[in-house]
Amino acid sequence: MPDLGKYALEISAAYGAGILLLVLLVLLSWTKGRRVRRQLRELEKRRAKRG
Amino acid sequence: MSLWEYANPKKFMQTSQVLLPYFAVLAAVCLVVGLVWGFFFTTDDYRQGATVKIIYLHVPAAMMAINAWVMMLITSLVWLVRRHHVSALAAKAAAPIGLVMTLIALITGAVWGQPMWGTWWVWDPRLTSFLILFLFYLGYIALWEAVENPDTAADLTSILCLVGSVFALLSRYAVNFWNQGLHQGASLSLDEETNVHNEYYLPLLFCIAGFVLLFVALVLQRTRTEIRSRRIQAIVARERLG
Repeated sequence: MPDLGKYALEISAAYGAGILLLVLLVLLSWTKGRRVRRQLRELEKRRAKRG
Repeated sequence: MSLWEYANPKKFMQTSQVLLPYFAVLAAVCLVVGLVWGFFFTTDDYRQGATVKIIYLHVPAAMMAINAWVMMLITSLVWLVRRHHVSALAAKAAAPIGLVMTLIALITGAVWGQPMWGTWWVWDPRLTSFLILFLFYLGYIALWEAVENPDTAADLTSILCLVGSVFALLSRYAVNFWNQGLHQGASLSLDEETNVHNEYYLPLLFCIAGFVLLFVALVLQRTRTEIRSRRIQAIVARERLG
């Protein structure tokens, strides 16, 4: 860990907030994508069964 | 082969499926290399001390906040002129990414500003235009959600995007237009005298590349989701009609 001196709190807060927001953005995009893909697959399967 | 072929949802889905993993992996590699290099292996700045390490998140996020809006402007114009649904959906997909980038730029800027300027916030031209850009992102996303008819929503949000472009440009050039305020000028320059030192510049380049690649990967992924959502809506509407 580098010595951040008297600015350790500010730098940690900036990195913490920035990385957290990026991870949340990726996770939310990915989980929504999976959910919608599953919904569409089920819907198309149901339609195929009905003919 | 024409670029407009990719406006076909089927062609877009096929192509993006191939490209997406490459962009995602490259983004992860560039971000990890840039952030680890910048955080652990660069020395303190003689004036700003260790806070200079915030540059690796702040500058790429701020660049992408503006560039995301420019991308939305281009795709919105394509929708208004050529009525390609994929372009409208790509603009819709990009908005939450731009919103998060703007938020990261605002938060990291405030946290950086406090020890350097002695204040979290000041109504400086660049900071204020960034806050307005953030509000435009919120309004743009809200408008998509508020209008039920997707084509009408695409029309209205495209117009809003054209108006908001003024603030996206102001965010970029505010420092040059009004030579006042606390925010410094551009950190990156072709002029070696004013450009940041190579020790900070090289990891910063990796971070910028990482943010650009992450943006592209997320836009591709989210546009694929929007296309699938549109397909679900169409199937449900058809089933309701009998």
